[in-house]
Amino acid sequence: MRTMFGLPEHVVYATAGVWALLALATALVLFLRWRRPGHYDELVSRTASWWWMIGAFTLAIVLDTTVAIVFLAFISYLALKEYLSLIPTRRIDRGLLLFAYLAIPIQYYWAATDWYGMFIVFVPVWLFLFFPALMALRGDTKGFLAAVGTLSWGLMLTVFCLSHMAMLLVLGASHNPVAGGVGLLFFLVVLTQFNDVAQYTWGKLFGCHKVTPNVSPKKTWEGLIGGVLTTTALAAVLGPYLTPMDHTWSAAAGAVLGIAGFLGDITISAVKRDLGVKDTGGLIPGHGGILDRVDSLTYAAPAFFHFFRYFFAS
Amino acid sequence: MSTNPLIRLARFLFFAVVVRAAILVGLGLTVRNRARLPKDGPAVLAANHNSNLDALALMSLMPLKLLPKLRPVAAVDYFFTSKAKGWFVTNIIGIIPVERGSAKKGGNPLAACEEALDRGEILVLFPEGSRGDPETLGPLKRGIGHLACARPGVPVFPIYMHGLGKALPKGSSLLVPFNVTVNVGEPLYGAGTYKSFMKDFEARLAALAAEETTPRWE
Repeated sequence: MRTMFGLPEHVVYATAGVWALLALATALVLFLRWRRPGHYDELVSRTASWWWMIGAFTLAIVLDTTVAIVFLAFISYLALKEYLSLIPTRRIDRGLLLFAYLAIPIQYYWAATDWYGMFIVFVPVWLFLFFPALMALRGDTKGFLAAVGTLSWGLMLTVFCLSHMAMLLVLGASHNPVAGGVGLLFFLVVLTQFNDVAQYTWGKLFGCHKVTPNVSPKKTWEGLIGGVLTTTALAAVLGPYLTPMDHTWSAAAGAVLGIAGFLGDITISAVKRDLGVKDTGGLIPGHGGILDRVDSLTYAAPAFFHFFRYFFAS
Repeated sequence: MSTNPLIRLARFLFFAVVVRAAILVGLGLTVRNRARLPKDGPAVLAANHNSNLDALALMSLMPLKLLPKLRPVAAVDYFFTSKAKGWFVTNIIGIIPVERGSAKKGGNPLAACEEALDRGEILVLFPEGSRGDPETLGPLKRGIGHLACARPGVPVFPIYMHGLGKALPKGSSLLVPFNVTVNVGEPLYGAGTYKSFMKDFEARLAALAAEETTPRWE
């Protein structure tokens, strides 16, 4: 594996490709705005946010594995904070929620030290048992079940599921001779985000049959199928360049990412519907909150990680 | 506030580094209608009060170049309990101290605020007076109405905040991260009597609060 700027060579070229695509998309959006001023403000701010997000991601993977893991842990922190701010909480649990934040550095530490056994049981077993018992010891039983349920689910989604990105980064170091852990992480994140955009675009252009009218009325079968097929095709091309998978396996991984991404998206949409909010927050102009952006990754990260681990790293 | 350049530098660093890191990164602000905020003084930012961090959060909404003009208004009896605390809130936070209940003794408790507005400064104040029960809007004190009517040319911006009462409520010293939502309203001017101003102000603050979907907290 040849390296450039401390990164696998293939990842450097793939990153350059993403930036070129972003520059192209920006030129297109600016052209649209120039033709019809005032009509594309949302699209402009959304594109501007992409520059920030892709910039932060590039910086995080260029610097060092530890920096990348801290960056991913920070995303978990933002997601958990946004989640806890959205849901109904009990005053008595305030101190306990501070403990919940502590789960993030611990969980990412297991990933960073490649301690898979602990990584995979810490949240679903130990924290799952610990927090309800702590709440019971505090003695307030009113709203107990709701508090336990929402906290456990939030920790699973924002800490456990998202931390699979860090574990993938570490796993890839020993199981991806083509482009290392960074290559796998890049494959996962870029294709999942690309899948979001592809499903949105296909839906915008050809969408008419709704998949989940009650949860996310804008999601259509045309968007879903078109998006998944586009992602599968791109994955088939990119996979052999960034991962040890051949074209066929990469295509299968692309389909897994596309479908998992869609399921993550509608799950967060259902949460928003239940709470009566449009966006999960206002962190990313044009996109909404951090959960609006990483919703598909909450499903795609564990799905792709276990797909890859089962077939290529066990 | 001190004119000592070293203390001014300390104040700048405190707000530019410590406060911004804690409020913008640690907690996170979602600001609605940010464009309504004043570009320069004199002005009054009047918000609901839930937490000791309220003033710091409001001050971090404004650009750092306006920091020398930003003055939170606070009660003497609460903040001047020790010499060190008094020095800190005067020189670093830059508060204008107000004596509670001094109007009954015949003085004008708002004289220092009026002078600050005449100098073109931006006041940060909390018409509820005290923080009260976190995340519930308490009754408003009349000071804001008197101040607005005394300086009818100065815009008063009603601002509704949510979240800091969960992050650091009254009676707790444990800071738990929660997102903070800030909704900035259109400015009001003290044209008529203070009573009519209070009515308008209260209505506008309630309307800002109603725009937010805030989760149950019990």
